[in-house]
Amino acid sequence: MTGRTGHAGNGRPRGLAIAAFLAVLAMPARAQPVPEAAPLPVSRPADPENGRRIVMDRRKGLCLLCHSGPFPEMRFQGDLAPSLAGAGSRWTPAQLRARLIDSRLFNGETIMPPYFRAEGQTRMARAFAGRTILTAEEIEDVTAFLATLRE
Amino acid sequence: MTRRAALALALGCLLLGPAPADEIHASQRLSGYDMMGAEAQAMQRDDFANPAMLAVKEGEGLWNAVPGQGRPSCQSCHGNAAASMKGVAARYPAREASTGRVLDLPGQIQTCQSERQGIAPAARESAALLALEAFLAMQSRGAPLASPRARGLDDAVSRGEALYRQRFGQLDLSCAQCHSQNWGRSLGGTRIPQAHPTGYPLFRMEWQAIGSLQRRFRNCMTGIRAEPFPPGAAEWIDLEIYLKERAAGMAMDAPAVRP
Repeated sequence: MTGRTGHAGNGRPRGLAIAAFLAVLAMPARAQPVPEAAPLPVSRPADPENGRRIVMDRRKGLCLLCHSGPFPEMRFQGDLAPSLAGAGSRWTPAQLRARLIDSRLFNGETIMPPYFRAEGQTRMARAFAGRTILTAEEIEDVTAFLATLRE
Repeated sequence: MTRRAALALALGCLLLGPAPADEIHASQRLSGYDMMGAEAQAMQRDDFANPAMLAVKEGEGLWNAVPGQGRPSCQSCHGNAAASMKGVAARYPAREASTGRVLDLPGQIQTCQSERQGIAPAARESAALLALEAFLAMQSRGAPLASPRARGLDDAVSRGEALYRQRFGQLDLSCAQCHSQNWGRSLGGTRIPQAHPTGYPLFRMEWQAIGSLQRRFRNCMTGIRAEPFPPGAAEWIDLEIYLKERAAGMAMDAPAVRP
């Protein structure tokens, strides 16, 4: 796992550990390809300003509960995950989008919620059943905003 | 050592290790009291400032109250609580010898009410039940939490641990991911505690009320957009048993204050 994937990877289930162990043995020592996702079908062009609002909104995007970022006006940013500063330099839009859609594709132990997956979760609250955290439009908006965070 | 060899070694250790990698060593365990600010600690230490002490007082009244003609009070069976109930709350949840049922403390009080006193049991999270819980917990202040495994509750410990490690809800998070793997870090400015249930029932400033461990569980489940189990569900009791195994030996500080 590279440092950039971030989150603490403790408590790995044994089956996964074995799989990872075998994968490491079988693999030449080089970085795995970074997952990418093509733009989602949307009804309007991406709006990075709306993406910014979503990232700042602790009930909508929830991002700043875990991440910090270059937003000095925002109080109480989290430190469970890497800073969003420079996210647009580190990752392409296709890579950022893939992380938002389902970060488990990068790291099976991640604490990052799957923003565009409505299935596979256990005991989904009734009010959220069958719904993704963000809509396709909102994923595109947040992707466009994160791509502007360059350093 | 090459990177590959180092990874193989690390993963090999992980495979051989008997304990989960995120287990908090006994010397690293911190209660909610240890992790909160000095102001809240001072409020808890002062019985005249601790709002949960109102519930203790109310619970003492209920302990002594005769619930109806010909019906026993708690006191008439159990006697002086300071002696007979000393350390009892630290040993719950417990298996009832006669039936084999595993009851948490509120469940035990409800069982006494319906089976011994012949009255309708107080509802979970009602003021009356919380008051009795607080009064009983008070009699275990400073007592070490007893190990559920040592009283033969191994199966419940295992089921509880599975729940603790299960991802739930739209946000797809487990208890362990926050409370074992990221304790001490800042979740939107709030320090994540280690989830040791030493102080329940407790007064939470966020609630502006005294509440139970199950209320706390519900809050976490709602936060990750999961459907909570119903009040009193076996899953909650298994989870409590696992948490108490994990916290075994830590001193009870109920009725506590938490932010």
